[in-house]
Amino acid sequence: MPEPATAPGAPAERREGRLKVTGSARYAAEHPSPGRLQAWPVPAAVARGRVTRIDTAAALDLPGVVTVLTPDDAPRLAESDDATLAVLQDARVPHRGWFVALVVAESLEAARDGAAAVHVAYAAEEHDVTLTETHPAGYVPEQANGGYPAVREQGDPEAAFASSETRVDVRYRVPPLHNHPMEPHTTTAHWEDGRLTVHTSSQGSGVVRAVLAQLFELDEERITVHAEHVGGGFGSKGTPRPDVVLAVMAALRTGRPVTVALPRRFLPAVVGHRAPTLHRLRLGAAPDGRLTSLLHEVTTHTSHVKEFVEQAATPARVMYAAASSRTAHRVVPLDVPTPSWMRAPGEAPGMYALESAMDELAAELGMDPVDLRVANEPETEPDSGKPFSSRHLVECLREGARRFDWDRRDPRPRTWAEGDLLIGTGVAAATYPVMMWPSKASARALPDGTFLVRINAADIGTGSRTVLAQIAADVLEVPLERVRIEVGSTELPAASLAGGSSGTASWGWPVHEACTRLAALLGDRSGPLPGQGLATEADTAGRADADSPYARHAFGAHFAEVAVDTVTGETRVRRLLGVYAAGRILNARTARSQFVGGMVMGLGMALTEGSTVDAAFGDFTESDLASYHVPAHADVPDIEAHWVDEDDPHLNPMGSKGIGEIGIVGTAAAIGNAAHHATGVRFRELPLTPDRILTGLTGR
Amino acid sequence: MKPFAYVRPGSVEEATDAYASRPGARYLGGGTNLVDLMKLGVERPAALIDVSRLPLDAVEELPDGSVRVGATVRNSDLAAHPLVRDRYPALSQALLAGASGQLRNAATTGGNLLQRTRCPYFQDLSKPCNKREPGSGCGALEGVHRDHAVLGHSDHCVATHPSDMAVALAALDARVELHGPEGTRSVPAAGFHRLPGDHPERDTEIEPGELITAVVLPARPAGLPSAYRKARDRASYAFALASVAAVVEVTDGVVAYAGLAFGGVAHRPWRARRAEEALLGAAPTVAAFEHAVDLELTAARPLRDNAYKVPLARGLALDVLARLTASARA
Amino acid sequence: MGSHSHGHHSDVTLRVNGKPRTLTVDHRRVLLDVLRDDLDLPGAKKGCDHGQCGACTVLVDGRRVNSCLLLAVCLDGCDITTVEGLAGDGEEPHPLQRAFLERDGFQCGYCTPGQICSALGAVAEAEAGHPSHVTDPALPSGRPVPLDRDEIRERLSGNLCRCGAYPRIVEAVEDVIR
Repeated sequence: MPEPATAPGAPAERREGRLKVTGSARYAAEHPSPGRLQAWPVPAAVARGRVTRIDTAAALDLPGVVTVLTPDDAPRLAESDDATLAVLQDARVPHRGWFVALVVAESLEAARDGAAAVHVAYAAEEHDVTLTETHPAGYVPEQANGGYPAVREQGDPEAAFASSETRVDVRYRVPPLHNHPMEPHTTTAHWEDGRLTVHTSSQGSGVVRAVLAQLFELDEERITVHAEHVGGGFGSKGTPRPDVVLAVMAALRTGRPVTVALPRRFLPAVVGHRAPTLHRLRLGAAPDGRLTSLLHEVTTHTSHVKEFVEQAATPARVMYAAASSRTAHRVVPLDVPTPSWMRAPGEAPGMYALESAMDELAAELGMDPVDLRVANEPETEPDSGKPFSSRHLVECLREGARRFDWDRRDPRPRTWAEGDLLIGTGVAAATYPVMMWPSKASARALPDGTFLVRINAADIGTGSRTVLAQIAADVLEVPLERVRIEVGSTELPAASLAGGSSGTASWGWPVHEACTRLAALLGDRSGPLPGQGLATEADTAGRADADSPYARHAFGAHFAEVAVDTVTGETRVRRLLGVYAAGRILNARTARSQFVGGMVMGLGMALTEGSTVDAAFGDFTESDLASYHVPAHADVPDIEAHWVDEDDPHLNPMGSKGIGEIGIVGTAAAIGNAAHHATGVRFRELPLTPDRILTGLTGR
Repeated sequence: MKPFAYVRPGSVEEATDAYASRPGARYLGGGTNLVDLMKLGVERPAALIDVSRLPLDAVEELPDGSVRVGATVRNSDLAAHPLVRDRYPALSQALLAGASGQLRNAATTGGNLLQRTRCPYFQDLSKPCNKREPGSGCGALEGVHRDHAVLGHSDHCVATHPSDMAVALAALDARVELHGPEGTRSVPAAGFHRLPGDHPERDTEIEPGELITAVVLPARPAGLPSAYRKARDRASYAFALASVAAVVEVTDGVVAYAGLAFGGVAHRPWRARRAEEALLGAAPTVAAFEHAVDLELTAARPLRDNAYKVPLARGLALDVLARLTASARA
Repeated sequence: MGSHSHGHHSDVTLRVNGKPRTLTVDHRRVLLDVLRDDLDLPGAKKGCDHGQCGACTVLVDGRRVNSCLLLAVCLDGCDITTVEGLAGDGEEPHPLQRAFLERDGFQCGYCTPGQICSALGAVAEAEAGHPSHVTDPALPSGRPVPLDRDEIRERLSGNLCRCGAYPRIVEAVEDVIR
């Protein structure tokens, strides 16, 4: 019998799906806007220095060019917390690709041509973009991203490691990675009657409005930001990017609507990236596999514009019981673009390193890698000592092993060949913290029997519209079709941004609460509703962000099978399976897509994605989608995602944990461990491209 | 992209005349690379002469058994053509290993030959590149060059030619037909592209104003075993790290004919003449293949970060040669 | 000359989703920008503008192409089908659009119109006997190529999806070719 679509977990179809498959969903550059101008930024051509002169005459002479904004004449901005947004404010060039001018024109063609005709002279300075573990400028920051302490230590990890019977001391390297959502960062801005209207591609239009109010010293009431459909973000649209600021400046200057759609090649320099991380892992264990010491030390880079520290050592504070531990971050400020969030910042590279090292330890011990993880299951969160609100990692590992036929695996490496192919399998665990932020929502019962739920949630492809409507229908006990939902605009009740896998929990809570109140109101009355209906509101401030006495995390396990071609070094994934314990799953259809999508990005991290900081020029060499290889269809096999039921009363009214990021966590390690199992060679630098594989195979 | 004039000639002669009368003109085929480079500002033509609708879209067998491929035949149609699939499988396979379905539907035979390197320094106007701006230097020589040449490069340029198709044409002894102000001529595909030397700005032997009108594949009425294999960073839609095209004929237990070319390793498809000479008359054994391929690759001079291309090219060549001669060796 | 050219602009007539549209285009303008900005057909998406992602895929004279690399001036007289034109005049979406919905073959939706147009083109190509990189070379030429999952994956590899909906897209395509 089919479940009703309102049942929690029911696979309801995406509410905006029909708009998307018919091409009717409008993204930030696609709203009809008569008289709209197009703009094209000019990126800096030196890695460090100052702009000494900008000659815009040739550009202004071109037909169609309306104006050129430069640091000399662009509107002045007030200070904001985000220095990456202080564009065209001074002559300083903090990294190659920083925008030094903006050409505004009647057409895209004229704007692009105009940008090519702007002549910029620089006083270049010596630059340094090369990250090393021993870089003299490196320092220990106060905090890593997310507010985590940079360093944590338990016991005497060095001594404990030195006296451990079995030791693994290894280094891993994760290159810079780029988010590259399919829709480049885009904003259309329009000033009219003293009001600013912005359509932007953002994970949180509320944040965009707040920052614009700050930068342009405006009352938030005078700004409306819409982000109705967003072509992906993966963290890079979690904060406003220069496109927003430039579009507003240009609209202010010209009095006309202006679209700034960043060219793909410009993204790596200005929308954040996953910072490269250098990992040193030291694991000491007793003969039974129990960890006696765990040291995870991370060195990463940041820019001179803003400090951002990828918190890659933090998952080691959550994962395994170890009597002694040290988890530490060190950061080197370089003349590089500013790093920022990319899907599972911290966990993605951190768990690659930790879970690869666990595999190496299992091999040293002669132990099954699943059993090794089970043997190190902690009773409480290792770093904080807090009890877990729920933790079913062992169940995920066991269920995954069962589904993957792990028991039939020959643990010896390089024992499975098919012609020139070496086949291997690998496992890795996953974790991601539960995050929630305060949000508001309203619910209204209308006389026609329908309901309207309003909340400024973002739907960046996660299906938030759909799942929030399900939560509302479930509470109201009405068919899903009778619930309308509005998201993606600052005209709606304020809500947190889509980041940190926090959306459903943060938004679902006030939706749940407003609907609960509405249901109570409706239950108390009889007769027809008044013309405007009945409305309720909810606000989770002080509760969603309250400290919990529990350690709250989702967990999972990834299993991979790879084939390594010994002739070409090409490594391809043949099977990939994830099992997750992530609270209550609220929509089976969209949740599966989230998990699978995360695994696909993890597959890319393992095999195809990598960016290089060009030492001579200071930028990322792989700046476009021909050279930065996000996985293509042919790279991705059938992928399985499963979950174990988890009933956790310490989360939110829905009992949900975030699911948007955990799929990428540990996937690269599972694939890397499989590559070792296939070849007998440890590859400790991502991605596992043919050059590295061949070098490893021939170097044996 | 600066404004440009646009003309669509009705014949080859009109096309070459239009070129002659318009300084700064370029021929436009499918546009998959030219328009891309115009957007980047690497190409700045004053006029485009659209040759994509010229009546050069036929694949036909000539009386002598050779196969003539018109210059505007789209890559996807060429790859699917029964004459090509049956007689020149390496060419079909090479085409299908390149780009995407959409790009192959637009890209033409002539345009594919004339595509430019994907070297990132060539594509970035803010960086030195002797190919784009002679005398400005080579950013890749000491820069990021994992994808670059290991054979035949110079201090002026270490770029590779990106075409898969051209590698197969070189191995297959195809010829390129050109029509220009001086008349019509034909050059071997293997000699159509140049090594960089002191003039990396010149990719090919084509003279200004000359238009590719056709590619002619030599007569192989019965077909010969041939194949193409490519290694790349992702399973599809990526340029070659290295590739190989080979055609081998074994008669009476010895190699009677061999055509071997490497892609992704040099400024042009690298026809492996030394290896071919070594193979001729030899029994098709693994040892003979190793000897021949190693002989060819002694010329390799890897850069700091691309030494892997030598064993990669070697492995690809040995694999393809072994596969093509499997029945002869059985 | 099929089109009237004056300096850097020309008049062209495109037949877009069955309707003739005559415009004066800047020679620099690509089909993608004509569709999105001049004809208010934003279904074709701009993901890279350089033929590297496939989000702009449309059908020109029935063949799938990257509209970001096609100068509009070259297309005078051509038939263009965008995602907006697939359903025809009816209310019901095209079966492949329906399959994308049912399979959840997308998340953010930005690559989706390109995936759908590309898949329709790919299915037609296979039907017409076009091989792919993964087609067995021994398969006789000139006959339709059966599309198994590896064939679908290879043929759709020119359409990147950063949300990672690939497995569901393959299922959606399978649904309509069965």
